[in-house]
Amino acid sequence: MRSILLAGTALATLASGAAHAQMSDNVIKIGMLSDRSGIYADINGEGSAIAARLAAEEFGNAVNGTKVEIIVGDHQNKADIAANLARQWIDTEKVDVVADVPNSAAALAVQVITRDKKRLFLMSGPGSTDLTGKECSPYGFHWTWDNHAVASATARALVEQGRKSWYFLTADYAFGHSLEAEAASTLKEIGGTVKGGVRHPLGTSDFSSFLLQAQSSGAQVVGFANAGGDTINAVKQASEFGLPQGGQTMAALLLNINDVHALGLPIAQGLTLANSFYWDMTDETRAWSKRFEERTGRKPSMNQAGVYSSVKHYLKAVQEAGTDDPDKVAAKMRGMPVNDMMMKDVRIADNGRVMNHMYLLQVKTPAESKHPWDYFKVLKDIPGDQAYIDPKKSGCPLVK
Amino acid sequence: MVTLFGIPTQALFGQLLLGLINGSFYALLSLGLAVIFGMLNVINFAHGALYMVGAFAAWLLMQHFGIGYWPALLLAPLLVGLFGVVLEKTMLSRLYKLDHLYGLLLTFGVALILEGAFRHWYGASGQPYPIPDALRGGQNLGFMFLPNYRGWVIVASLITCLGTWYAIERTRLGAYLRAATENPTLVQAFGINVPVMVTLTYGFGVALAGLAGVLAAPIYQVNPLMGSNLIVVVFAVVVIGGMGSILGAIVTGLGLGLLEGLAKVVYPEASNIVVFVVMAIVLLIKPAGLFGRER
Repeated sequence: MRSILLAGTALATLASGAAHAQMSDNVIKIGMLSDRSGIYADINGEGSAIAARLAAEEFGNAVNGTKVEIIVGDHQNKADIAANLARQWIDTEKVDVVADVPNSAAALAVQVITRDKKRLFLMSGPGSTDLTGKECSPYGFHWTWDNHAVASATARALVEQGRKSWYFLTADYAFGHSLEAEAASTLKEIGGTVKGGVRHPLGTSDFSSFLLQAQSSGAQVVGFANAGGDTINAVKQASEFGLPQGGQTMAALLLNINDVHALGLPIAQGLTLANSFYWDMTDETRAWSKRFEERTGRKPSMNQAGVYSSVKHYLKAVQEAGTDDPDKVAAKMRGMPVNDMMMKDVRIADNGRVMNHMYLLQVKTPAESKHPWDYFKVLKDIPGDQAYIDPKKSGCPLVK
Repeated sequence: MVTLFGIPTQALFGQLLLGLINGSFYALLSLGLAVIFGMLNVINFAHGALYMVGAFAAWLLMQHFGIGYWPALLLAPLLVGLFGVVLEKTMLSRLYKLDHLYGLLLTFGVALILEGAFRHWYGASGQPYPIPDALRGGQNLGFMFLPNYRGWVIVASLITCLGTWYAIERTRLGAYLRAATENPTLVQAFGINVPVMVTLTYGFGVALAGLAGVLAAPIYQVNPLMGSNLIVVVFAVVVIGGMGSILGAIVTGLGLGLLEGLAKVVYPEASNIVVFVVMAIVLLIKPAGLFGRER
């Protein structure tokens, strides 16, 4: 009897010891790596960190008794700084998961490091499809959108309205090229034509000469394959040069609610775009966006909503798995559907692509907009299977 | 279709006209820099940031006081100029005895602080500023559609540039100014208050940047980073024209705008660097700049 008791105690001790060992260092550390001072600071930046905190707060800032800590860093849109910070965070600060990371170049650099060091990586902001294609990782999860999803949805919608001939204004770096290529391949597939295009340097403030070329091309649609400040200036100046009045349709292949806010409705009205989140869709999105706005003074972008969704799903997976072991948590994350205010029963494919819905949106006219941030009409709900590249064709070696 | 250098003339004229518009901004900004450098020997790195502050001043006047474009065209440069006066009085004036580098470092720091502060308050994606009603729409020139507002920018900046050139090179006040830069002690001995003149010159130079900011607000986004995008090109313009040369700044500004316009038709990817290629060539052949004189 005594020996059984002893054995039991020993077992219990072992078990509890093991339970402690489940959480690596008594803290779950989330590193928010973002552009905090440049062109993406409004659509990710501090807003993303706040979105992550909102997710952590829902768990009382602790999972199974282990504290959740959130730290922030600025990658300044430079891939080398992003890589160094991620490496330093993982090696010396014992960060368990890197999240956010707008800018494809930065995200690709971090993907390599998190893959080598076996740490989880939750992306909400970069656009490159390589992140779930040839550069995919068992630890990398791509939330919210990618170049294919936003570009092809917009191209398809406009061709369906009979706007078939296109001219591209493309930012001259990897992201712009890829956005243009995604739109062009969709056009080819569904019978659209590309009448030409021009490449402008990143961070151009004056688009007039490019717009003039677009105007004289006679294309029905001028597609802007750029982002942030470039898109804002291009759209603004297109309206100044009378492209819309001349019958040409403006298509911003990547546009965020913050960009529309910055442009103002008189200029942005009528633009067609694809986003995976809009604050004014359901009671849940409205309630969450209200919490977000109380902290930041503005409505969330889809990237920031995606950060919330990804951090929440991660913490849920840690809770269910009872460990922060990266392999076990990654398996758990893939094993359960994503469910929160933004996504309902969304599955995560083997290449790390979160197969969420995309929404085809149109910017309201000033007359249609009833209150601040009342910017979009939802034209169409596109299920994830149609929005994203089929994981089997993504080129990711993890997909069997 | 008629072509020139293998480019349809229509496109060429259009691009050259657009180049002239951009050149107007370069001229206006580099003029302010040239005035400040010529009179104070200060390399004013805060010029781009003050251009941004000018645009924001116009936006804030409209947002909070309902003051429209036309009054802002006067008020915003005044506010920026006032800020410049305070800056010169409290900080810059202490550095004249030291190396040029100190003035450069101070103004660079001021630029960083201004940009950081505006980004913190108003975000990175910028604020919209509408084109004034009177200048909406545009003219069809046959070879291109010219928005009325852009036409106005050329006119306004040319008037300002020529007015400044005249004031400095052809009036008595300008003569005092030029004399004070050559020999401040002697000019002071004639009973002219040189420190006040220097302060006002700085205020005027940065007010020109503020004016350029208001002119730019309806075209570009009112954005905390709008100045840093432009300042590097403007510095190149000043270097090419010759540091401190007023006529040089105006002519080079317009000329480089034209050249950039040309580059945008021939080889758009190079449009951002063509100015710097010219700068390198000029520095090799004529280090004092096209209109500068050796000191």
